[in-house]
Amino acid sequence: MTERVRVDVAIVGGGIAGCSAAFHLRRNGLSVCLLEKGALGSQASGVNFGGVRQQGRHFAELPLARRSREVWGRLAELIGTDCEFVPSGHLKLARSEADLDELERYADAAAEFGLALQMISGARIRSEYPWLGESVIGASLAAEDGQANPRLVAPAFGRAARMLGADVREYTAMIETTCDGDRFRVHCARGIEVSARFLVNTAGAWGGYIAAAFGEPVPIGTTAPNMLVTEPLPSFVTRSIGVCGGDVYVRQVARGNVVLGGGHGWADLGLERSRPLTDVSTRAIDKALEVIPALKSALVIRSWAGIEGQMPDHLPVIGFSRTAPNVIHAFGFSGHGFQLGPVIGIIIAELVTNGASLSPLAAFDIGRFGGTAARPLAAAAYPAQEGE
Amino acid sequence: MADPTIAVIGAGPAGIRATEALAQHRLPVIVIDEAPKGGGQIYRQPPDAFRRSPSLRYGFEANKARALHTTIERLASAIDYRPSTLAWNVWDRQLDTLRAGKTEKVPFDFLVIATGATDRVLPVPGWTLPGVYTLGGAQIALKYQGCAIGHHTVFLGTGPLLYLVAYQYAKAGATVKAVLDVNAAAAKRRALPALAWSPSMLAKGLYYRAWLGAHGVVVEDGVTPIVIHGNGGVSELTYRRAGVETTLRCDAIGLGFGLKAETQLADLAGCRFRFDRESRQWLPERNADGESTISGVYVAGDGAGIGGADAAELWGERVGLAIAARCGRPRDTTRIATIDRQLARLAHLREGLERAFPFPSQHVSTIRADTILCRCESIRIGDAMAAIRVFDVIEMNRMKAVTRVGMGRCQGRMCSAAAAELLATESRQDVAAVGRLRAQPPVKPIPLPWSSPR
Repeated sequence: MTERVRVDVAIVGGGIAGCSAAFHLRRNGLSVCLLEKGALGSQASGVNFGGVRQQGRHFAELPLARRSREVWGRLAELIGTDCEFVPSGHLKLARSEADLDELERYADAAAEFGLALQMISGARIRSEYPWLGESVIGASLAAEDGQANPRLVAPAFGRAARMLGADVREYTAMIETTCDGDRFRVHCARGIEVSARFLVNTAGAWGGYIAAAFGEPVPIGTTAPNMLVTEPLPSFVTRSIGVCGGDVYVRQVARGNVVLGGGHGWADLGLERSRPLTDVSTRAIDKALEVIPALKSALVIRSWAGIEGQMPDHLPVIGFSRTAPNVIHAFGFSGHGFQLGPVIGIIIAELVTNGASLSPLAAFDIGRFGGTAARPLAAAAYPAQEGE
Repeated sequence: MADPTIAVIGAGPAGIRATEALAQHRLPVIVIDEAPKGGGQIYRQPPDAFRRSPSLRYGFEANKARALHTTIERLASAIDYRPSTLAWNVWDRQLDTLRAGKTEKVPFDFLVIATGATDRVLPVPGWTLPGVYTLGGAQIALKYQGCAIGHHTVFLGTGPLLYLVAYQYAKAGATVKAVLDVNAAAAKRRALPALAWSPSMLAKGLYYRAWLGAHGVVVEDGVTPIVIHGNGGVSELTYRRAGVETTLRCDAIGLGFGLKAETQLADLAGCRFRFDRESRQWLPERNADGESTISGVYVAGDGAGIGGADAAELWGERVGLAIAARCGRPRDTTRIATIDRQLARLAHLREGLERAFPFPSQHVSTIRADTILCRCESIRIGDAMAAIRVFDVIEMNRMKAVTRVGMGRCQGRMCSAAAAELLATESRQDVAAVGRLRAQPPVKPIPLPWSSPR
């Protein structure tokens, strides 16, 4: 038996971007069906580090990150929960003079985007952050950055979208999409068939399959940020911590657990499985102990990895398809899509409703991978960002 | 061809017998065991200076305990025996272990997972008060160091262990106030034909019960626990039976609802699991040789499904013989046939025990909503139920993500049985349909750093 659903917009992929898109499209009065093969936010959106970070982003992403930060600040009024967002500040550590130079240069440039960063060095770093290790010689503080509980964000947006009337289907995998005239026909598991005018691809690490199906393959790879969490400890890591080079990141949640990440585990896109790797965990732990020695002897209670889509230039694909009208992509966030998630939904809603977004999207054009147009922004040489 | 590397995890009845069978075929074995001495939980040995005799410690089973202890001592010089060592991860045919504060990798060609069982607990209002122990924990205190969990103890729950531990406590001179079984007497009567497959086991069970009765211990069936009272520690237990509420003064409670296989390592090894209706738990699939769905990875003993110590010894040997044959040693078909016959008989007995002491699956849905469901994260039943409804949760890992149930120190080892029943009831599904929590390394908390100091 086929169940037919007719909507304005079909969204494939129920991560933060897809759930936020469903919510904002409903607010714009469009009918929406969100299709998710598993549970909402069960992949990268739900198992990432939980960093809500603007600092250190590629400048192409900063305008989006600035806008998204504004949404993070009013999540509670928007979707009924703050998802444990705490603007604890993000402190990016320098372990060498070259690191300090890098931070200073970044701070100058970031100011152009309205992101205020405070340089802290010398005696001040010791007096303000006595728990940082000797190897840390300075840092840059993004006071308005912070952290949130990644497990809650996509489900919360999904629920809010549902309450506004979105048709949210979990455990409903897309099998194939066909196009007849001006409508897409999305064939799904369990005999569900969705007919829609717009198709939104927020399928994360799996987004490349959908793009390829529309004749615009992208060089997407997979990555599996490797993370661990300790038992609850007395609160002392007052900021979310990153480092120049991005090889380790640490935060302490309100309950006291310290979450730390760095490096990449194992992932298999087909099996939908990922695993942390002991050697990778061991290296991240050593780096974490170097910058926060007091973590020594803390007990690790769990480690994990999540599957993420990785683009060669570490920038996501966001915007209209170059081959198929009314297809909108937003995937391949390359390990730092968590903070952007909330605004991506707004951007998708703008693209569907107005045909254009208020945010600059040129750098994210799918055409940059040798498609039909738009030269990519010179981004390939940009250093990898820390995970979220 | 060089002999392969064989790792055995656990030196309880299954692990010891597997090791013995392999050593007899002159195969090199690495035995990794969390305890400082062999024997497992059931035949746990006391610290060196302790002098309680084996017959006091193990009762009717003293000879079996002694035989296993002697076996592992005798084998210790011929094998690579690593006591006080935790195997905390399996990946890519390597184990991660922790010994004396140091992590170490152990590559293997064959792996025997004989990780045993832990108590299956269910929440009761007040169960997080100091003085409430698991049944197994209460037994270990006595067996290991000759300690009782309290001066006036009540044993509450169900399963054969309930009567055994109460008997052992009373025999050792502790005051047992009552033995309260949530299952009705009728269930036990119905199970009699199956239990008769092992007359000696049945006789022991009846003996413990009769002995307790004869020594003035209250033994009741069909009990519904209401609440454990206390301020900073257990002081009273209220329960209902046949419509009548009774309150007992006590300072300790041993609580347990049968046993639960310790399957995290099998899960991390990638073994496929099946839901076992009889014992109402997820177990690694295994073939007649005890091999899981991962080639070369074998499961034996209670860690593969609760079968008791006798079955564990047999399964251990059975797996050892199977691996020896895989390594080119002659296959001992006569011995294998004997073991298989004995195992089949014990399987009938197991059916009887599950029928006599079924898991009270509805219990968690009937108790007060402010009862703690997940101890590590302090999540109450009502909060978990609310989150299940708000997010339309239908699966265990999703429940963990949105409620934190199973996210703490025990990683769901203690709370997942109750959480699964609650989720099944709330989402109107069969308990098998809600799935099980995925294991994540480490299977037990381990300290930072993981690298060796240079």
